[in-house]
Amino acid sequence: MSERIALSALEDTPSLPLQACELSYVVGERTLINAVDLTLLPEVITVLMGPNGAGKSVLLQLLHGLRVPTRGQVLCAGQPLTTAHRLRQAMLFQQPVLLRRSVAANLDFVLKLRAPEDRHAERNRLLGDVGLLDKARQPARRLSGGEQQRLALARVLAVRPRVLFLDEPTANLDPASTALIENVVRRVHQAGTKVVFVSHDAAQGQRLADEVIFMNHGEVLEQTAAVHFFDAPTTRSARDYLAGKLVF
Amino acid sequence: MQDFGDAFALAGQLLVSFDPDLREIVGLSLRVSVTSVLIACLLGFPLGALIAVGRFPGRGLLHVFVSAMMGLPPVVVGLMVYLMLSNAGPLGSLQWLYSPAAMMIAQTVLITPIIAALTAQVVADLNREYHALFQSLCVPAHRRVAALLWDARFSLLTVALAGFGRAVAEVGAVMIVGGNIANLTRVMTTAIALETAKGELGLALALGMVLMLIAFAINAVLMVTRARAVERAYV
Ligand SMILES: Nc1ncnc2c1ncn2[C@@H]1O[C@H](COP(=O)(O)OP(=O)(O)OP(=O)(O)O)[C@@H](O)[C@H]1O
Ligand SMILES: [Mg+2]
Repeated sequence: MSERIALSALEDTPSLPLQACELSYVVGERTLINAVDLTLLPEVITVLMGPNGAGKSVLLQLLHGLRVPTRGQVLCAGQPLTTAHRLRQAMLFQQPVLLRRSVAANLDFVLKLRAPEDRHAERNRLLGDVGLLDKARQPARRLSGGEQQRLALARVLAVRPRVLFLDEPTANLDPASTALIENVVRRVHQAGTKVVFVSHDAAQGQRLADEVIFMNHGEVLEQTAAVHFFDAPTTRSARDYLAGKLVF
Repeated sequence: MQDFGDAFALAGQLLVSFDPDLREIVGLSLRVSVTSVLIACLLGFPLGALIAVGRFPGRGLLHVFVSAMMGLPPVVVGLMVYLMLSNAGPLGSLQWLYSPAAMMIAQTVLITPIIAALTAQVVADLNREYHALFQSLCVPAHRRVAALLWDARFSLLTVALAGFGRAVAEVGAVMIVGGNIANLTRVMTTAIALETAKGELGLALALGMVLMLIAFAINAVLMVTRARAVERAYV
């Protein structure tokens, strides 16, 4: 079937490194993203931090092709971002968007799109990974917040992404769900997926990050190894942010 | 003119005895309206979804057109279909005027815009919720439409039943194109109008009660399915 995208056909499209070149995004008079230059390498987990309204979500949406940049471009392995690349990217939203169906049917929707051979086994494996196997038949939108986010995570993994964006996925979750999601993310990273994780939680950053990107006012102020960032951030804003002060 | 007591007694008797005339009229009404609703849904659901999520030139115009058609007076629809089907009209050779087929066409024309417009609204609301997910997953357009229609199925059932209610209760259009011919095109509403005019209130009352019963049944079905859907957060 034509709309099914055989995964093997895509193996050849290299996705990484992911780069932003002079990336800007302007709405009306406001510059939400201002000439951002970034290179995201496959080997490291990148945690994106910055105060509310810094532009983290917008930047992820640009990198994922959900918004079209006003200036500049996103490059995947040196090539402009196309649908072929986007098919191997996935994004976990801060508020999970679940279909009005059962837990299992939510996964099947994606598995049918991407047509892996043994859909049933794949679905059960994914549900097992996020601890929802016993809830497969339940209506997805009747799950608790944490369970919904775990289901959404299983669903993005069904895409078998090369690049995984997570926009504050654990913002409202209890420690157990947070730990589960962090563990899955680590495993996915070890299996070769580039992870870009937005978080406000410095402790979480320290647990997960290999490198930290710090943003404010639509600009990238730091891109440093995690050890350096949490010990000695170079910018004043980052120091204030980590100290829990309001950043201007 | 009978007195009211007699009329009610006769109506009750007709209903209890399952009078053949009554049965035929009710049967034809249901056949015509159910067929019309099915066709109208087949046309209106995809059309509504297209209006809701489609990105093509003229989409706004189409939306306005469909919304405007919603308010068409049934007699005007009846007149249009009459002109189409009359001997001089473009479809005159079909010889469908004064047949159940003509009534089905009239009712379909009447309710398709209603179903399409309501569907557009339901689907647009759901699409606002799903849009980012669909974008992120690069879901092809036809899959989006299918998923939206499926996930909106409980709301669309309400839409379909609203269409049915309107079709089965409509008089003007079926009178014009059906002609209210006994044993051929006489449906509940046209029979009620005729019998009442003749002063034969018994049959009119019995048919009126059947119509009310249908309305109650529709609402009961709606309430039960909605409650089930709400329980599962599917609406
Ligand atoms: N479509 C839009 N039109 C106008 N302004 C927008 C639009 N989208 C986002 N913004 C603005 O862009 C700024 C950055 O938003 P963004 O959601 O990226 O912040 P964030 O860093 O993710 O913040 P948070 O930590 O609160 O999630 C905000 O001030 C927001 O109001
Ligand atoms: Mg955000």
